[in-house]
Amino acid sequence: MIRPTPLTEPRTLPLRRWIWPAMLLFLAACSRAPQPDWKLTNVSGHLPDLAFHLTDGAGRPVTARDFRGHDVVLYFGYTHCPDACPLTMTHLHLVMQKLGPLADRVRILFVSVDPARDTPKIVGEYAAAFDPRAVGLTGSMNEIVTLAKRYRVAFTRGPDLGHGAYEVNHSSAIYVFDSEGRARLLASPANSEDDIAGDLRLLIGMEHPS
Amino acid sequence: MSRRRAMATICWLASAWTTHAAAGQTMSAPLEVRAAWIRWLPAGLPAAGYAVLYNRTNAPVVLVGAESTEFARTMIHRSLSSGGLERMLPVARLAVPARGSIRLSPGGYHLMLIQPRRPVVIGAHVEIRLTYANGRSQTVEFVVRPANATGPH
Repeated sequence: MIRPTPLTEPRTLPLRRWIWPAMLLFLAACSRAPQPDWKLTNVSGHLPDLAFHLTDGAGRPVTARDFRGHDVVLYFGYTHCPDACPLTMTHLHLVMQKLGPLADRVRILFVSVDPARDTPKIVGEYAAAFDPRAVGLTGSMNEIVTLAKRYRVAFTRGPDLGHGAYEVNHSSAIYVFDSEGRARLLASPANSEDDIAGDLRLLIGMEHPS
Repeated sequence: MSRRRAMATICWLASAWTTHAAAGQTMSAPLEVRAAWIRWLPAGLPAAGYAVLYNRTNAPVVLVGAESTEFARTMIHRSLSSGGLERMLPVARLAVPARGSIRLSPGGYHLMLIQPRRPVVIGAHVEIRLTYANGRSQTVEFVVRPANATGPH
């Protein structure tokens, strides 16, 4: 027997049936991966994952893979910089202090843009002078240019100041990567310690839900 | 007798005048300098010196240089941050306005202290002589603070 059915019903029924489950799934997805109210600039998906081949303070070759498992704060500078770089490194040290025990999940990578003067030993001692979780890295000019280009970091050697002294003008950007090396946030030294520490806390919280 | 008395008077006047002059010189240092400190850095790297310079007089005082027996060279510099780029520029003259002050502070004006003659130790005091455009100078004691310090204390 064939039952007479209204013409419209078979067409609209599947849609009605799926719209609510779909919305529920969407909401569930949202609650699983909430996008926090970042204070810094969210660069997720806009910058490449952390990748480099450099040398640490002990003269060992290191790559970005060696820092997987830690959230990374990346900053470029040079050790013959007595004012601006120490200001940013001190700023980041105070951020680490604000994080308390969570700071152990974070590494500050200080990458030299002056490999001609920055030996592994000097850059290692310089970074460590600011924070025990800061790592000084240097390398060949080619290795540093490769990393700098990856994040569009500019640096240029300034004029000769006499006696072989010179400055290196460089980008002040601070990059935050998650523990899998994905670029997540972009900060500047103008961002407050509270804003940087707060966002790092959020990021660590997303990675290690309690 | 009167001659000896005259000589004694002259001597007394002379000694009184020199004492007064010496006292006057220390009393009227060109600037009042406070919160002077040096950020220590490892490996004999260039260090930065900071202080607040107060001019209590009615005329500007122009800082033109600094020197210290502890460092081979000392320069006045200024850090500039613009367009996401950090730069450092040499400063030839730094005028402290009449009845005003200038802050040598991280991220701005600072003394750049190059090549320590002997290791600089955290907690030590280092004398730096500030020189002015009018030919005068004064010696200021700077306290050495750790790399991650934010000020003199």
